[in-house]
Amino acid sequence: MRSLNSLQFNRTTRARFVWLVSQKLKSAGSHVGLAALILTFVLVGTVSAQHRISLSGDVQAKISYCKDCHGVSAQGFNGYYPIPRLAGQQPEYIENQLRAFIEHRRTNNIMFNVAHSLSPAMINALTAHFASLNPPPIGGAPRQLVATGRKIFEDGMPEVNIAACAACHGPEATGSGQIPRLAGQLYPYMIKTLGSWDKERGRNPTVPDAAAIMSPVAHSLNKSQIEAVAAFVSTLRSPRGTPNAVQ
Amino acid sequence: MKPMNFRRPQGQHRSTFRSPAGTALILPAAVLALSFSSPAAAQGNVSKAEADAKLRYCEVCHGVSAQGFHGYYPIPRLAGQPTEYLKNQLQAFVEHRRTSNIMFNVGHVLSPAMIDALTTDFNQLNPKPLGGAPKENIDEGKNIFENGVAAANVPACASCHGPQAKGNGPFPRLAGQLYDYITAKLTNWDKERGQNPSSPDTSAVMQPIAHSLTQPQIKAVAAYLSYLE
Amino acid sequence: MRGNRLKAAVLIAFCWIYHPAAGDAEVLAVRNCNWCHGGSASGYPPAPALAAQRPQYVAKQLANFRAHTRDTPFSRQYMWGAARNLDAESVRNLALYFASLPPRAASDGVPSLVGLGQTIYQQGMPEANIVACVVCHGPNGEGIRDIPRLGGLDSTYLRRRLEQWNQGYHAAAGPPMISIASKLSDDQIDALASYLSFVK
Repeated sequence: MRSLNSLQFNRTTRARFVWLVSQKLKSAGSHVGLAALILTFVLVGTVSAQHRISLSGDVQAKISYCKDCHGVSAQGFNGYYPIPRLAGQQPEYIENQLRAFIEHRRTNNIMFNVAHSLSPAMINALTAHFASLNPPPIGGAPRQLVATGRKIFEDGMPEVNIAACAACHGPEATGSGQIPRLAGQLYPYMIKTLGSWDKERGRNPTVPDAAAIMSPVAHSLNKSQIEAVAAFVSTLRSPRGTPNAVQ
Repeated sequence: MKPMNFRRPQGQHRSTFRSPAGTALILPAAVLALSFSSPAAAQGNVSKAEADAKLRYCEVCHGVSAQGFHGYYPIPRLAGQPTEYLKNQLQAFVEHRRTSNIMFNVGHVLSPAMIDALTTDFNQLNPKPLGGAPKENIDEGKNIFENGVAAANVPACASCHGPQAKGNGPFPRLAGQLYDYITAKLTNWDKERGQNPSSPDTSAVMQPIAHSLTQPQIKAVAAYLSYLE
Repeated sequence: MRGNRLKAAVLIAFCWIYHPAAGDAEVLAVRNCNWCHGGSASGYPPAPALAAQRPQYVAKQLANFRAHTRDTPFSRQYMWGAARNLDAESVRNLALYFASLPPRAASDGVPSLVGLGQTIYQQGMPEANIVACVVCHGPNGEGIRDIPRLGGLDSTYLRRRLEQWNQGYHAAAGPPMISIASKLSDDQIDALASYLSFVK
C-alpha cells in the first residue's frame, strides 16, 4: 500500500476542511454561512497560491528527485558511479551542463533523459535552489595529498606549464559564471573528470564548447597531480562565492 | 640581485660560473654544461617547441590567441601588447611592484630568452576584442580618450597610448582590453601598481589620472576601449 | 512459527558457544545461515540470497540487525536473534565468505514485466521523477561498497523491500531509498523486482 505523496495529502486535507466548514455552516442555516464558505475558499486558495510562488509542488518534487542521486542537500554521492555535488554550484554552469547533455557535448544517457524533462522555468528554479545549498563536503580523500593539491591549485606549476586553477576557479574554488565551483566536489568525481577530459566533454564537433579551455590543463596534469588537486578541492568548505571580485 | 629561486634553464651559457674550490673545476663544469645543452640553447635561445608550449600555457588563462578571459578574475588581453610593456610587467610581478601570487610564480620561471620569444609572439597576435561591455556610454568614453577631462586635469589618454590605443614602448595597448579589467585597474590603481616602495615605478604617472576619473567616466572609457580593434 | 523460534534459539545458542577462528566463516555459515538462506547462501524465501552480496553491505546489515535499526517483521523475528551474538570478527568473516560465493539468479520474476523493469533500472523515468537505479547499483545490479547487489535476488524479496519503505519501516535504508521508493507505483515495483530477479 503506497502512501500518497505530500502534495496529494495536502489537497485532501484542505478539501476535507472546507467540506467540514460548509457542513457546519449549512446546519447553522444562514446566508452568512455561504459567504463564509466563499471566504474560506478564497483564503485557502490564496495561501496555496503563495505556497506555489515560493516553491511549487512540482519544483519540490523535482528537487527531491535530483537529490535521490545527487545526495542529501545535493552534497554528491558515491554510487556505483561518483555523482557530483551540485550544492553551491554556479547556476550558469549547471544550465550549460544540462544543455551540454541535450546537445551531446557531454555523453551521458541518463542525464540526457533528465535534461530533456526539464522546462527552462524548472531549470531556473533548480539552479537557484542548488546554488543556495552549502552542506559540508563529503570528504574521504587521502589527507596526505591535500598540501600538494593546494600548491597546484593556488600557484600552478609554471615550470611545467600547469596554470593555477585559482586564476579561473577563484581562490576558494567557488567558480564564476560558466566556470564551475570545485569546492567540496567529490574526490573520485574530480579524478574521473580530469583524467578523461576529452572523452567526457566537448564531444560534439559541430557545437563549440567552452570545455575546450580545460583540455590542455587536464592533459598537462599527471595522475598524481590530478589526485592531489582532487583531494584538495574535495576538502574545501567555502561560502557561496562572489564572482568577479577585484584582484 | 636575483630572486632566491630563480632557476637557470638547462644549458644556458655559464660564463659567470665560479667554483668555490677554484678555477680547476671550470673545465669539467663546462663539459657538463655543454653535454646538457642543445646548440640552439647554448646561444641563449629557446627552442620553438618550448616557446610554443609556454605560449599555449599562457593562453589557458589569457584566452585563445591571448584575447583575454573572464575567469574568476578578469584576465587581461596580451595580444598586440608592446614587448617593452610586457617585459616591464613581468619584471614588476617578480619584484612585487605588482602583487599577484600567480603571476609572480609565472614570472620566476621565464628565462630572458623565453620572455623575448613570448613577448614577440603576443605582440604579433591580433584576435578580435572579446567584447561584452555595456554600450550606452561609448561616445562619452571616446570623448574622454581623445580629449581628456580638462576640468579634472585629466590629459587625453591618446596622447600617451596612441590615437588608436595601440600603445608604444612602455605604454600599454588598451584597444580590445577587457572592460572589467580596465575598470578594476583604474579603480584600484593604488592597490595594484607601484606596490614596492623601495622600487619606484613608472606606473606612478597613471596615479593622478586614475584618481581624478569618476567611476562613470572610468566605465565609459573602459567600454569604449574594449571594443577597439 | 514455533519451529522457526526453535531454530532461532538453537542459532543463538550456537553462536554464543562457538566462536569461530579466522577462516571458519564457512563452517559457521553452513551450520547456521544456510538453514534459512539456503544451500550456498543462494536464498530461500523469505530469506534473500547472500551469495555474491557486497561484503560491506552484509556487515552493515548485521550491525543494523544487532542495533535493531532494521525493523521489518522478518528482521525482528529472525535476524535480530541471529545477529545478536556475532562478534566483529565473525561479521567480517561472514561478509567476506558470502561475497566470495558465485551469484545465481533467482529468475522467478514475470517475464512480461522485464522490459519495463529494465527501462526503469537502466534509464529511470525523469518525467515521473524516478531515478535510474543503475547509477548507484551498477550496470548489472552488482552494487559497490555498502550499496547492495540487487541482481539475482528473488522478486518476492525485492518487492517486499521496496514496499516496506513506503510502509514506514526504517529498514536501515541508505539516504535516498525511502524517497526513491515513495515515487514508485505498485506496477513499477513489480516490474523492477521481476527484471532484477533475472539479472546475473
